[in-house]
Amino acid sequence: MLEVENLSVSYGAGDVLRDVSFSAAAGERLSVLGPNGVGKSTLFKCMLGLLKARAGHVRIDGKDIRDMKRPDAAKLIAYIPQSTSPAFNYTVLDTVLMGVASQLPAFRGPCGAHYDKAMDILKSLGIAHLSDRGCGKISGGERQLTLLARTLIQDAHILVMDEPTANLDYGNRFRVMERVEALGSKGYTVVFSTHEPNHALSYSTAVLALKDGAVLAWGDPAAVLTEDTLSSLYGIGVSVGRLEAAGKEHLVSIPYHRPAPAAVEREV
Amino acid sequence: MTKKYRRRMIVLGLVFLTVLPASFFLGRYSVSAGSLLRILSAPFHPAGLEGVTTEFSVIFRIRLPRVAAAALVGAALSTAGAAYQGMFRNPMVSPDILGASSGAGFGAALGIFLSFGYLGVTVSAFLFGLGAVLLAYSVSRFSRLEGTLSLVLAGVMISSLFTACTSFIKLIADAQDQLPAITYWLMGSLASAKLEDLPFVAAPVVIGLVPLFLLRWRVNVLTTEDDEAQSLGINTGRLRLTVIVCATMMTAASVAVSGMIAWVGLVIPHFCRLMFGFDYRRLIPASILMGAAFLVVVDNVARVAATSEIPLGILTSFIGAPVFVYLILTGGEARA
Repeated sequence: MLEVENLSVSYGAGDVLRDVSFSAAAGERLSVLGPNGVGKSTLFKCMLGLLKARAGHVRIDGKDIRDMKRPDAAKLIAYIPQSTSPAFNYTVLDTVLMGVASQLPAFRGPCGAHYDKAMDILKSLGIAHLSDRGCGKISGGERQLTLLARTLIQDAHILVMDEPTANLDYGNRFRVMERVEALGSKGYTVVFSTHEPNHALSYSTAVLALKDGAVLAWGDPAAVLTEDTLSSLYGIGVSVGRLEAAGKEHLVSIPYHRPAPAAVEREV
Repeated sequence: MTKKYRRRMIVLGLVFLTVLPASFFLGRYSVSAGSLLRILSAPFHPAGLEGVTTEFSVIFRIRLPRVAAAALVGAALSTAGAAYQGMFRNPMVSPDILGASSGAGFGAALGIFLSFGYLGVTVSAFLFGLGAVLLAYSVSRFSRLEGTLSLVLAGVMISSLFTACTSFIKLIADAQDQLPAITYWLMGSLASAKLEDLPFVAAPVVIGLVPLFLLRWRVNVLTTEDDEAQSLGINTGRLRLTVIVCATMMTAASVAVSGMIAWVGLVIPHFCRLMFGFDYRRLIPASILMGAAFLVVVDNVARVAATSEIPLGILTSFIGAPVFVYLILTGGEARA
């Protein structure tokens, strides 16, 4: 159980996050939506215990994340950054094995059992054939799955994903989101940020909409992601409709041009 | 996969074990294998060292300190380079990035200027090398920039400051004997390595090497972004400080005894990555062996190739620069 309670964060002058509260239980997939610079990354850093909040708490199973040692926190909550090209071309297997760091004493490296476990996870994600390839030489989608495998071997049950579909092509976005959905049904709590409302509508069980550093809405995707909320979040016209496809009914959002109230926009 | 690397590591180990004793035979005074055996068996031989006293002093008083110093410095510089490169997530970083070399260079120049004597110069170089990095680290702690970026910027700043100080010392130094001594020292040489000084190099190098060797798998995790490494359960601040302290101690000790020896810390880790991959569990031992063997070979060339000694720093640059051009042209990653 992840609980964020009245979280406020400031870098020097002014609050980046103001009084943010929400929670996510096991099996829940919470998507975090909001325009660029709204404080999603800051929120994630606080959730991971990497950043000190000005006020408020982040609790995992009732314990404050800031009171935990790094290895203990890593056993509860894991982080999947945006897939970027790594500085060194580690193999997929070596990258996945970095996930066991919190389980090992400082002077030890992973052993045979860890290798077997890593290979099992790679198999379950369908990328076992890449284990010896360098991470710099695989596609963005494959790299995202590699990072996912690294958090799975870490054994934490809360996964925080920073825009898991950023820089991915259409097919890979779908593949990664499918994995996110599967993780939720396995009992993981997944919190992911996205700039694609359709991903929030299709793959999450709850949505947190952030605007100007505060919670605009939090709750069931269909209830939260109305045309009004989306328009207010992004400052554009958004239409939400139903679409029957592949034997299922989907909620889909489509943006459209809406003449801005000129005076207000110019001031910004 | 692992088998391939193990075989290569064994070959590298054998090269190291061949190069080291072979170097005892190289030099202007030729020592036969027979006299070497006689020297080694002297404690058990009735005649003792009789008849081989010259050979004995050539080997133990001249060649052993040099070969040992070259091996220590080579291992230290390449391991420090490998560690710094991982920590800064940049394969183009060399061990002097935080100012250890230029600080040590200034310390030596100051020592020569104040006529400290050989040991005094070494100690002064070592202390100033440490001091320079401590200064760079403290500056970066108060910076509001991101951790490694502020560290690099502070390092560059401190480096150029100490280089300027060295130039100033050269300017005011006595042009007859101090200036040539400083210049020659800065070019890098192991010619003055003596048996008595070995512990002063060996101690800091070994004290720096052991923690890096033990922590080597963790250094892998340090090559990811800071947030990532922390979320994986690593106390990055503490680990980074440990790496800096170890690598700096080794670099400062190396520069103190050998002067400026360029490229070793940059090129050897590169080669080790080409041969052994990126995992620091292999990279650190490989850097130790390859760095030591490389510098012993180059130092052999330095003392044998020409009638007068060629400064080591010049030779490593002659070898290092073309190798580096090759790495740039091939993208530095010839791995299949």
